[in-house]
Amino acid sequence: MATVVIGVDDSPASRRAVEFAIERYKVESFALVLVHIINWSPFSFNTPEENEHRHARREAELEAAFEQVITPMKLLAEGAGMAPTIVVRHGNPADGLIGVSREQQADHIIVGRAGERGLREHVFGSVASRLVQHAPVPVTVVP
Amino acid sequence: MDAFVRGFEKASEWITAVVFYSVPVADVQFPLIVGWLVVAGLFFTIWLKFMNLRGFKLAIDLVRGKYTGPDEVGEVSHFQALATAVSGTVGLGNIAGVAVAITIGGPGATFWMIICGLLGMSTKMAECMLGVKYRREHADGSVSGGPMFYLTDGMKALGLGGLGRVLAVFFAICMIGASLGGGNMFQSNQAAAQIIGVTGGAEGPLGGYSWAIGVAFAVLVGVVIIGGIKSIAKVTEKVVPFMGVLYVSSCLLVIFFNVPAIPSAIGEIFAGAFTGAGAAGGVIGALITGFQRAAFSNEAGLGSSATAHSAVKTKEPATEGYVASLEPFIDTVVVCTMTALTIVVTGAWKDPSATEVGGVVLTSRAFETVLPWFPVVLSVAVVLFAFSTMLSWSYYGMKATAYLFGDSHTAENVYKVVFCVFTAIGAAAALEPVINFSDSMIFLLGLANIIGLYCMAKVIRREILGYHARIKSGEVRRLDKASH
Repeated sequence: MATVVIGVDDSPASRRAVEFAIERYKVESFALVLVHIINWSPFSFNTPEENEHRHARREAELEAAFEQVITPMKLLAEGAGMAPTIVVRHGNPADGLIGVSREQQADHIIVGRAGERGLREHVFGSVASRLVQHAPVPVTVVP
Repeated sequence: MDAFVRGFEKASEWITAVVFYSVPVADVQFPLIVGWLVVAGLFFTIWLKFMNLRGFKLAIDLVRGKYTGPDEVGEVSHFQALATAVSGTVGLGNIAGVAVAITIGGPGATFWMIICGLLGMSTKMAECMLGVKYRREHADGSVSGGPMFYLTDGMKALGLGGLGRVLAVFFAICMIGASLGGGNMFQSNQAAAQIIGVTGGAEGPLGGYSWAIGVAFAVLVGVVIIGGIKSIAKVTEKVVPFMGVLYVSSCLLVIFFNVPAIPSAIGEIFAGAFTGAGAAGGVIGALITGFQRAAFSNEAGLGSSATAHSAVKTKEPATEGYVASLEPFIDTVVVCTMTALTIVVTGAWKDPSATEVGGVVLTSRAFETVLPWFPVVLSVAVVLFAFSTMLSWSYYGMKATAYLFGDSHTAENVYKVVFCVFTAIGAAAALEPVINFSDSMIFLLGLANIIGLYCMAKVIRREILGYHARIKSGEVRRLDKASH
């Protein structure tokens, strides 16, 4: 059975990506991995106070990710009869998704497209376009 | 204000005389405390089998996250701990302190400064490893580390609990003093001097208003540490690294414009280091001033930045030891050397009035020889370095206060107010009493800290060398390649 990784955040685009996967599931079953990468870089500059409380903050971020991002998507998938594996971790979203895909030996990655335009697109780039350039497996970008 | 300043100058004189008790060596006064720090650096360099140099690549790999396990992702990284510590360390000692070293010790002081930086890497490695090993994790998930804790808990583990507690309390008291001196007054003093310097000196519109600049600094610091406006601290923390890069690039530019003078500058540095040319007090004079300013700048052996380093999340305390050894390297071997080269190649130190102006004004003159508006860039860097160093040290001082008074809010608030008052006094007082008071307090930290380091030397060696052996044997593997 094939393994499909879906990268999600709390955007409507992510919901559309999950819905797209559900449609595909009706045609052909596969193992689903729901992934959320909390955007974080080990190379940022922090104040001593931020460092002191980082551990507690990390826990809070993970908890919030499960509650606000993963749970709604998981319910959606479960409603369609899927039993998704959940992965939540910190890092660069595109690189993190690629890492999880390798670990899970995924055959396919699905993501939603946030559709940033103009300056934001130039400055922040896009997870989807980075994935398309670097992922080891086919990527489906859901508009 | 005047009475305050005069009172401070008297107190500074007295403390300096006690701390810098000097013995005459070959016609120069040798302050014992400087020897104390250098001997510790030398001891730990040999005791840790030159890991300061042999572990250099490992340290870089650790910072790059090549040994970071998946469960550590999202926690304080080695890079973040190092960056926070460095922004507390790289301050005016790197600009003003180096200028002072060269005016007194001649170009040869540069050489001894670099040696002191390399030795300091070993002491820093030792103390920051302990900082992580004996840090305390609180119920809310926050962590506190630093010499107060390893002196208390690490010494207790060796059956020296009583001595450890005495050292920890002494250290905490000196930490408060040092945070008010070198971490605060010296910074505001030199930042104010530079601001007045670029606006036209004593005759300029700000001449004679150093106290007002001091008050302005005090208000800014107060807004952050008392008012709790964390956004200012966050912005400072993010801007300072770029200022550091800008400062080093500016130095390189000044050096580049003086390419023909480089060979003779290097010649002067080596000649000065071994013959004492250009130094008050010959070779020993060059050596002492070089060591003294380097030790003040990179803080190795003082235990101050162990507090910042201990925030890293790792199961291996030795890893942060290796990473911390990069701090004196960046601070002294890179940044201080840049300042020194700038002053030496431009010949700014030869000016007859060099000794008189001293400090940051001299560095500013060296910059000015290349581009007239360069001192403005320097001023921005100076003010930001000063400000970030003040914030870092107020944090260290707060931690010491919390240790002494058991997290009492009243004590912490009193400390914060006193800190701001000293910021203002620092700008108004003359340079020499400020620098002497700073040095006294900072070097006293080293007294307690290094006694502790010697007592725990076996523990330090076991951790540092043990980790290195496990890397060599393949027991500890790089993790960056596992997922690719």
